[in-house]
Amino acid sequence: MTGASPAEAEDHAHAHYARHQHDHESCGCGHDHGPKKEFDTSALISARGLTMMRGDRTVLDHVDVDIHPREIVTLIGPNGSGKTTLVRALLGLEDMTGGEISRMEDLRIGYVPQRFDVDRTLPMTVSRFLSLGHKAPRENLRALLAEVGAERCFNQQLSEISGGELQRVLLARALAAKPDLLVLDEPVRGVDYTGEADLYALIGQLRDQRGIGVLLVSHDLHVVMAASDRVLCLNRHICCSGVPETVAQHPEYMRLFGVEAARAFGVYRHHHDHAHGLDGRELPVPTSASPAETL
Amino acid sequence: MIEPFLLRALAAGVGLAIIAAPLGAVLVWNRMAYFGETVAQASLVGVALGLLLNLDVTVSVIVTTLAVAALLIVLGRQKLVPLDAILGLTHHGTLALGVIATTLLAGPSVDLMGYLFGDVFAVTDSDLWLIYGGGAVVLAVMAWLWQPLLRVAVHEELASAEGVPSRWVRAGFIIVLALTIAIAMKIVGVLLAIAFLIVPIVAARPFASTPEGLVVTAGIVGAASVALGLTLSANADAPGGPSIVLCMALIAGLSLAISARR
Repeated sequence: MTGASPAEAEDHAHAHYARHQHDHESCGCGHDHGPKKEFDTSALISARGLTMMRGDRTVLDHVDVDIHPREIVTLIGPNGSGKTTLVRALLGLEDMTGGEISRMEDLRIGYVPQRFDVDRTLPMTVSRFLSLGHKAPRENLRALLAEVGAERCFNQQLSEISGGELQRVLLARALAAKPDLLVLDEPVRGVDYTGEADLYALIGQLRDQRGIGVLLVSHDLHVVMAASDRVLCLNRHICCSGVPETVAQHPEYMRLFGVEAARAFGVYRHHHDHAHGLDGRELPVPTSASPAETL
Repeated sequence: MIEPFLLRALAAGVGLAIIAAPLGAVLVWNRMAYFGETVAQASLVGVALGLLLNLDVTVSVIVTTLAVAALLIVLGRQKLVPLDAILGLTHHGTLALGVIATTLLAGPSVDLMGYLFGDVFAVTDSDLWLIYGGGAVVLAVMAWLWQPLLRVAVHEELASAEGVPSRWVRAGFIIVLALTIAIAMKIVGVLLAIAFLIVPIVAARPFASTPEGLVVTAGIVGAASVALGLTLSANADAPGGPSIVLCMALIAGLSLAISARR
């Protein structure tokens, strides 16, 4: 805590914001990162200068992230680009070498993990899984499953449902905590193409109905990007960010994913039901396109 | 009329079967069977240490088991060699060390076989106190940790993200596991201790649809195996601990065969 001058401390002192503070100046990378950037106080979660070193290797290099209410942010990047580390940092599961994270007071995060292989020796029904750790009436659990379209799994064993159903059940569990922010790490793993599109439509629908912020992590690009308001392209640092169209045409993006990926992206464009500011922030537009049309 | 030594053996075995069921379930769910096997066999080093330092063998076994478990967790963090290779190394290394040390220290007067395979018919009243007193502590801790243990078994990262202190939950589990191994050593010895935990779970799995159902069924399988094994042992003059474990394995095999046919 040696770096912050009293004036800076004053600037940061948003009374309703709980935050971690790390010493930005001592990150040891040996160059100047310019003046410290302020947290975005309108964001659910705001990270500045997140840096993670593992031995000599830089996993994350001064990453800034903001996720706002009602915003779907997609984090893309090739394997090994630090996506999972960044998500773990935002979830508070990993201590960073440098940087700071500010969370809205009492921020509730619903998390859908990347891999979920329930050992078959663990007998557990979907309804039991949903109620693990918190007591909820069965009707509420049933309603949750209905909301994600997985009602028929209610009494089935976790190990017996399909990959797509499992994703929806995990989503239901994440929603059970009434989250302000939903974090999904590669949610379409093991789901076929139409299932994938359905799942993203569902996520958009949940955003509209519940007014939550969403962070999606993916290494596959097209449908994900089309469903999102803002895309962050990560390769240890943020290569480029903005609305999907901008990112898809960005030279850094093409370098990472190839020209073909950028071209293919156009095919899956959806009709926006809102406009974007230059910074990629969502601007309200008074149309009420039904979520089913967003793909 | 049942002989008192047979009654004590039955009481000890059934007690262990009940204690072992919830621990065995957590071991299997977390794929820690080999981990358990390794720390159990390493506890023979604890026997040798107890003999060397003139300590109570139960205490030195618990301490050694915990030390080996801590060592394994630290070694498991390095990425050069996979965990099963580390476990194999530790498992055989400590077993060899334990056998050599126990033999050298004890001379011909100490029954090494008794530590390796247990001597269920030599169970004393004070052993029964250990089994039931210690067992009550183990079961109380397991009941207290049950919900978090289930959540960690389902998905550790999800549990952590939801605020479960996974590391502490695991640490608590490993401590009661060490205590259980020390108890089981009296009955089935270090080589068969983990079988008492794992095999009834395997046998019960096809017939359970809830985690708790699995534990209860496994407890019943374990207790029945004790009764069958002791009967076999008393009639055929076969060693007690191995007879019990053989019955468990037969029931498990039968159960898997039935579930495969369904």
